[in-house]
Amino acid sequence: MPTTVLRPGRTSRAPLTALREGAVKLAELVATPLVPADYLDMVSPLRASADLCGRIVEVRRETADAATVVLEPSGAWRGHEPGQYVRIGVDVDGVRLWRAYSLTSPADARDGRIKITVKAIPDGVVSNHLVRHARPGTIVQLDQAQGDFTLRGTAPAKALFVTAGSGITPVMGMLRSHGARLEDVVLVHSAPTPRDVIFGAELRGLASTGRIRLVEQHTDSGGMLDAAGLAELVPDLAERETWACGPAGMLDAIEQHFADHGFPERLHTERFRAAVTVAGDGGTVTFSGASTTVEADGASTLLDVGEAAGVLMPSGCRMGICFGCVAPLREGTVRDLRTGELTTAAPGDDVRIQTCISAAAGACDIDL
Amino acid sequence: MTTIQKKPENPIAHLSRQDIEDIGEQLDAIRASVIDSRGEEDAAYIRKVIDAQRSLELASRAVLLASLFPPAWLAGTAGLSVAKILENMEIGHNVMHGQWDWMRDPKIHSTSWEWDNASPAELWKHSHNELHHTYTNVVGKDNDLGYGIMRVDEEQRWMPFYLGQPLWNLINACFFEYGIAAYDLELGKNWSTRKENPEFQRQAAEVLKKIRAQATKDYLVHPVLSGISAPTTLAANLTANLVRNLWTHSVIICGHFPEGVETFEKASIEGETRGDWYVRQMLGAANITGSPFMHLMTGNLSFQIEHHLFPDLPSNRYAEIAPQVRAIFDRYDLRYAEGSLPRQVASAWKKVVRLSLPNNFLKRAASARTPAAAVATVTELFAPAPRVGRGEERQAA
Ligand SMILES: Cc1cc2nc3c(=O)[nH]c(=O)nc-3n(C[C@H](O)[C@H](O)[C@H](O)COP(=O)(O)OP(=O)(O)OC[C@H]3O[C@@H](n4cnc5c(N)ncnc54)[C@H](O)[C@@H]3O)c2cc1C
Ligand code: FES
Repeated sequence: MPTTVLRPGRTSRAPLTALREGAVKLAELVATPLVPADYLDMVSPLRASADLCGRIVEVRRETADAATVVLEPSGAWRGHEPGQYVRIGVDVDGVRLWRAYSLTSPADARDGRIKITVKAIPDGVVSNHLVRHARPGTIVQLDQAQGDFTLRGTAPAKALFVTAGSGITPVMGMLRSHGARLEDVVLVHSAPTPRDVIFGAELRGLASTGRIRLVEQHTDSGGMLDAAGLAELVPDLAERETWACGPAGMLDAIEQHFADHGFPERLHTERFRAAVTVAGDGGTVTFSGASTTVEADGASTLLDVGEAAGVLMPSGCRMGICFGCVAPLREGTVRDLRTGELTTAAPGDDVRIQTCISAAAGACDIDL
Repeated sequence: MTTIQKKPENPIAHLSRQDIEDIGEQLDAIRASVIDSRGEEDAAYIRKVIDAQRSLELASRAVLLASLFPPAWLAGTAGLSVAKILENMEIGHNVMHGQWDWMRDPKIHSTSWEWDNASPAELWKHSHNELHHTYTNVVGKDNDLGYGIMRVDEEQRWMPFYLGQPLWNLINACFFEYGIAAYDLELGKNWSTRKENPEFQRQAAEVLKKIRAQATKDYLVHPVLSGISAPTTLAANLTANLVRNLWTHSVIICGHFPEGVETFEKASIEGETRGDWYVRQMLGAANITGSPFMHLMTGNLSFQIEHHLFPDLPSNRYAEIAPQVRAIFDRYDLRYAEGSLPRQVASAWKKVVRLSLPNNFLKRAASARTPAAAVATVTELFAPAPRVGRGEERQAA
């Protein structure tokens, strides 16, 4: 069958498109030196063409120190896979701070809203702000969902979730989305007391209907769960596809167990912060693009140092997994705070480093 | 005015080295107190000003669509003038100084901001933030002193060209934004070598692009959109730009030109300590007194002294720290130069007129005993340039 080939060019453009493009061009001419979006943001910040952001709709208390923040994302939100996290930029004391939070809402929520559940940690700037001071109506910045702590489209015959504290959050997202598809689910969750269990009532409800087998480990009375204890609680551990999220110590122990017993590929972990093992030496850091020079100590990440100096630093997970913070090191030496490894650039080099897990080890020049 | 080092009574001669360092420490403490308390209210302030400015500009341009109707012309022109002034002064100038970078909002950041002015942000930031703020009032280093077209200090060598400087100053005031762009390009210095200077060509192209965009908006698109009101809207936009130019020029000359503001010798800033730098900023600027609205309209450059001491502190905090800064002036017996806008503008203009003539010219002419002597004094103006004498080599160099 013959087909008509549309040639690109004026003739093939629908008049409506042309009109639209003309209107946009005109708006640009009038808005200069700003862009039309600067004016539209004043009246319609959540429109589809706006930079991704969200409006806080509700802040719901979960436990004494945790709360769920319900957000209405702007039109640019592309949805998420259960288990993924979203980066959120919140203004605390007038300063924009970015942190990652796992999505706890089902992926197919009909109202289009998304939820994160935050546990306030001692002295935590953003977590305390969100749990105690966030108010409905506030606009926050968002990034598209990311992360591969997901079921990856498969529904394993047998699943195990091992979580502790706020580590329940990505798992809650999966249970809420896939609960019906996962046939055999065991959830082992640790929290200091029954009252500290985030989503306690909902989880116990799922357990009472037989949807999941729930094991609560109350660490104040029962102590920490170790890998041997876990194997005892879950005798068919080796047959279960496992997702674990919690403090570094717990994850390290489980990883060791799965490796020792020969099925490390069955284990998927999510860490909320990088395990810092060393400190750098500190030094003078120059952010050449921003013409800013600061003294950095050996324990602070270049990301924190730059942000504190008012440099616009790209960032993501802030813990070394997403590469959202990568920047060119033009000269000098930096140390990877997780491994102690040194990276050096000679003048004129363009070595890409992750600023969120690197600290100055002598004078260095970052091209930002 | 004569550089401070050459004055018969040097106003900082009474300060000991220790005094100067103490002043530096006290000013650092004021700075730290503002930085420690910067927060939500300050962020809300700048966002409110930006929103108000944009609303005012949009509303004024909308009203001007009916500018054929005289009340609409008046209201729209007044609104647009105020909006343009706010945009340049309280918002653009201050954002580009990095006063709001601490908020880490990429939309209100010195590295991303662009303003409604002929000089592109990048170019302006270099000549203003790096050169003028570093070399404030150092004769021969700070081009803001007279913008390279005027003689504003006794120690700048007189040339017949300066006879016209009251006129140059008026023209510069009317076309101030273009004057700034030319000045940021260092047009005078770079023009003759422009063909071999790719950096200058790039910058000049940027400036022209910017001017084209600004002019297209104000002098073509907006008038055309006004339909039958096109000619009156064009006139309104020309007027608003003129008002903005005259206003910003007046505010700026009040900052460094009035009598009482000190200038410094090039050699004097070698090995300058932080304390020395602060003292130079203290004496090299003058404030304008007035109402909160006046301060807003000057972009808080009415607190020029505080701005020069702390160029990157949020402008809304200058009013609060001014009394503390003033107390330091009083404690060390230094002169805190300030005056009302009309007084400072008059003082600056007086200086422009006085220095258009050679030093002491009027005095010499007035004290001439015979008509012949008076004529001789006047003809001196047009005689070949005198040999470079004491105090003049700096400028000639
Ligand atoms: C992929 C990912 C998903 C995440 N999901 C969630 C979630 O669903 N819910 C949630 O509450 N948090 C989650 N986090 C952690 C969250 O991003 C923040 O790190 C946490 O809220 C602390 O931020 P803060 O600003 O309050 O603390 P900061 O002010 O940054 O830090 C205060 C102190 O606490 C320490 N600290 C920093 N992070 C942690 C941490 N995670 N645990 C213990 N101590 C810490 C710091 O070293 C510092 O001493 C996630 C992190 C990642 C990387
Ligand atoms: S922010 Fe994710 S790797 Fe650095």
